[in-house]
Amino acid sequence: MVLAAGTGTDVVRAILQGTPPGAVYALVALGFVLTYKTSGVFNLAFGAQAFVSAAMFFQARVEWGWSTVPALVLAVFVLAPLTGLLMERLIFRHLRTASAVSKLVVAIGLSVALPSLFETLTGFAGVAGRTPEGLVPDGATVFYDPLGVYPFSRDELVALGVAVVGMLGLGALFRFSSIGLAMRAVVESPRMTELAGIDADRVSSVAWMLSSFFAGMAGVLIAPRFNTLMAPDFFHLVVVAVAAAAIGRLVSLPRALIGGLGLGIFIALFRTFLPRWSADHPWLEPFQNNLTPSMPFVVLFGVLVLWPAIRRSPAAADPLSGVDPPPPSLVSATRSAVLTRAARVFGVCFLLLVGLTVWFRGDVVWVHLVTQATIMSLILLSVTVITGLAGQISLCQGTFAAIGALTVFQLADRWDVSVLAAALVGAVIAAVVGALLSIPVLRLGGIWLAIATLAFAFFFDAVMLKFSWVGGGDSALLQGHRVPRPVLGPWDLADDRRFLVLVVVVFALVSVFVIRIREGTTGLILRGLRGSEVAAESVGVSPARARMLAFAISAAIAGLGGGLLAIHQENVNYGNNFTPMAALFWVVLVVTLSARTVEGAAQAGAAFSLFNSVILRGDGIGWITRGHLPGFFPLSPKWRFVLFGLASIQFARHPEGLVEHGKRRATAGMDARLAARRERAEPGAASSTAQQDPPSPDPSKVAAVGKQP
Amino acid sequence: MTPALELLNVEAGYGPFRALFGVTISVPAGGAVALLGANGAGKTTVARVASGLLEPSAGSVLVDGRDLTGERTFRFARAGVAHAPEGRSVFATFTVEENLTLSFQRLLGSDGLDDGLERAYSIFPRLGERRRQVAGTLSGGEQRMLSMARVLVEAPSVLVADELSLGLAPIVTDEIYATLEAIRASGTAMLIVEQHVGHALALCEHVVLLDKGTVAWEGPADEAADVVVSRLFEKSGG
Ligand SMILES: Nc1ncnc2c1ncn2[C@@H]1O[C@H](COP(=O)(O)OP(=O)(O)OP(=O)(O)O)[C@@H](O)[C@H]1O
Ligand SMILES: [Mg+2]
Repeated sequence: MVLAAGTGTDVVRAILQGTPPGAVYALVALGFVLTYKTSGVFNLAFGAQAFVSAAMFFQARVEWGWSTVPALVLAVFVLAPLTGLLMERLIFRHLRTASAVSKLVVAIGLSVALPSLFETLTGFAGVAGRTPEGLVPDGATVFYDPLGVYPFSRDELVALGVAVVGMLGLGALFRFSSIGLAMRAVVESPRMTELAGIDADRVSSVAWMLSSFFAGMAGVLIAPRFNTLMAPDFFHLVVVAVAAAAIGRLVSLPRALIGGLGLGIFIALFRTFLPRWSADHPWLEPFQNNLTPSMPFVVLFGVLVLWPAIRRSPAAADPLSGVDPPPPSLVSATRSAVLTRAARVFGVCFLLLVGLTVWFRGDVVWVHLVTQATIMSLILLSVTVITGLAGQISLCQGTFAAIGALTVFQLADRWDVSVLAAALVGAVIAAVVGALLSIPVLRLGGIWLAIATLAFAFFFDAVMLKFSWVGGGDSALLQGHRVPRPVLGPWDLADDRRFLVLVVVVFALVSVFVIRIREGTTGLILRGLRGSEVAAESVGVSPARARMLAFAISAAIAGLGGGLLAIHQENVNYGNNFTPMAALFWVVLVVTLSARTVEGAAQAGAAFSLFNSVILRGDGIGWITRGHLPGFFPLSPKWRFVLFGLASIQFARHPEGLVEHGKRRATAGMDARLAARRERAEPGAASSTAQQDPPSPDPSKVAAVGKQP
Repeated sequence: MTPALELLNVEAGYGPFRALFGVTISVPAGGAVALLGANGAGKTTVARVASGLLEPSAGSVLVDGRDLTGERTFRFARAGVAHAPEGRSVFATFTVEENLTLSFQRLLGSDGLDDGLERAYSIFPRLGERRRQVAGTLSGGEQRMLSMARVLVEAPSVLVADELSLGLAPIVTDEIYATLEAIRASGTAMLIVEQHVGHALALCEHVVLLDKGTVAWEGPADEAADVVVSRLFEKSGG
């Protein structure tokens, strides 16, 4: 390619243009790495924290009319560290020994809960169509051009300045004070740190306050770059930060800094040059429009998949881990016979009752809601398969469901295919995509799998959706994707009740399928894999095959559910149903209730669709009290996110799910009585107490003693 | 005189597993007690209770007469208990110097830090040669030296050492014991868990023999040799 004259200037301009956002990315990445380094928490709630500070700043400046300095102090210097302190004190301090994946789930729960909690507490409403306030007046309209190449806006200069000061401050703190060393020590072994007389709890509180301060600062700085002030934008920000942090393998602060700056500059260069290349090469054009916004996700995905070293995190094991008692055996894999039977009987009766009530008494709204709940249960069964059975956290289930829904739309729209057939095709396509995705991603495992699937979800959201053969082009994205209701033989399923029957039948079939998988060989293999990969491999089980199967099945179920949801709503409604943020909430719901059982998915589906109207709006209470609602109803629908998000914190302690845990405890007594009765019937059959035999003395030691005169 | 370290009727365990059943051990100020016993007898568990790493489920732990039962580990350290844990207990991602710095900073302040480092390197010249090396890549013996250096440089009021000669060359072990003698002379009380019974008996005047989580015998060091031999041989014979 012949370089046009002035290319050098363009490069310089792009670098200058990319530096201010790059500096803010670097700031977020630093904070993110700080948390990861000092607590082992992959803090996906970082974006939520940034949002809370940005929203607080906005609220104080605009709603309450405060001037900049007090608003900044409140939002960044008080609220942000306080949030971090509370998160550490109340939650993560108690999870020090929990697995990285459990901590990740907790962070996901928090990232769902925090923005809604803030919004309900302060009455803040997401601001759309209005550029949030910056730190300086006229930040976006006054420009300075020191080099005569690129005019910096005031906001950009402020962001750059603050970011540089922040980085220098952090560097100095680590260089000249002992706290930096202590923070690193606490990650490696809080116990050894305490043996040196250092209060490990205080050190990690300080680390959380500091990194949260960075989150808050970055939130306020980045806000003017958006034209809205809503939580999802900030979640986006944290994914960018993860990409930058991944370049430093999540532990190196200087490299995270370079990663952030580099990402900002890289994106600016891309923006400058891609349009020119695509002028010469027309095939580049679709990428030009689509790839730029998703650069961070592509980078993140690429780094994760192509750079195996990142997975071997250099973190060392705690030399004093011998003080911990052995982990409890995998209780989550088994369920007692009593509970299984009771749950089945109760579940069937309950469903019959609800079904009959809805069928004969329910009005249009109720039939609609129950249909929605059933379809959501179906979609959430896909989480049961991947998370409950395979033990992996996938954050792109929304994308699989979207693939199913969009397939239905495309096939029906273009070729007039029956929507039910199209839903099946959608499931197959989702399965294929899932299987393909699983090839690079499943090797990752643990938190990396979660992050890679998240990157994929964002990539689909930012890039694939824009292709007309996926998202239906601009008109469809604007006007919605109309999907007709099917006719099945003599039944016109435009009738809501008939459609409900169809949906229930599909859900029942898929449930039976999932149960058979769980109890069958594949389930057995997957259960073994949850215990130990090496052990499973050594008995000849191929972890890759079983996991790939789980991934594909899970994707297919999500795709089928997504298709049905589109048929039900007679529209795809991508933005409401399938965004990456929505999918986060699905995972939170399922792990909160019960990750391994079909009933857990059903409860989660019901909670997703009905919690709002039955509990929060007060319909449930109103029905019981015959219309006398206490004054505090209706509650904000946001409580749904707050409650379930916070409840998922329990995941680390009860990986079988909170509700499941409660149920097991409730039936534990009955189990014990049953076991006792059985033992009376056939004495000696049950195993004896847990008393261990004392180990016999080590011969080598005896020899050493014997050598003494 | 109040004992430097006292364990009174301590019971302790790991989750559902019970490891100690009513152990009472007292280390007088300036005294040295050797803790002997077969593998799995509970010696390491006693050491962990003594330094606050493990909270006893019953009984109490007193340091210089002060009841520290249930306190956090760093309070034990600040009360003067230094613990050299069993095995390779170093910060693996830190350099040798950073490992030492972390331990000395609180004790010596930033002014005394360099002096402390020098003393550590003079006790263990090998560490001085490798001060910039990442501790995780040190040999096993060097890692033991490092964790010993952390507790030997500034004499604590109580030293709890768990199998400190394990994996060290005899010469180095002799050196460490020479240093321990010197520290003892400066008034440090000691609870020593040791495989090399000879070294332990030479250093300590009192011996506690642990068996299946209880104190099976205790008495002065000069009587201990026979008891230890007979007891352990009896066991392996029967
Ligand atoms: N983290 C743990 N979880 C469960 N049991 C443990 C744990 N650590 C030690 N034990 C058990 O407690 C008992 C006492 O162990 P301890 O380590 O105190 O023995 P020890 O006397 O130090 O043995 P050794 O000479 O082998 O070091 C042993 O039976 C051991 O199996
Ligand atoms: Mg031991």
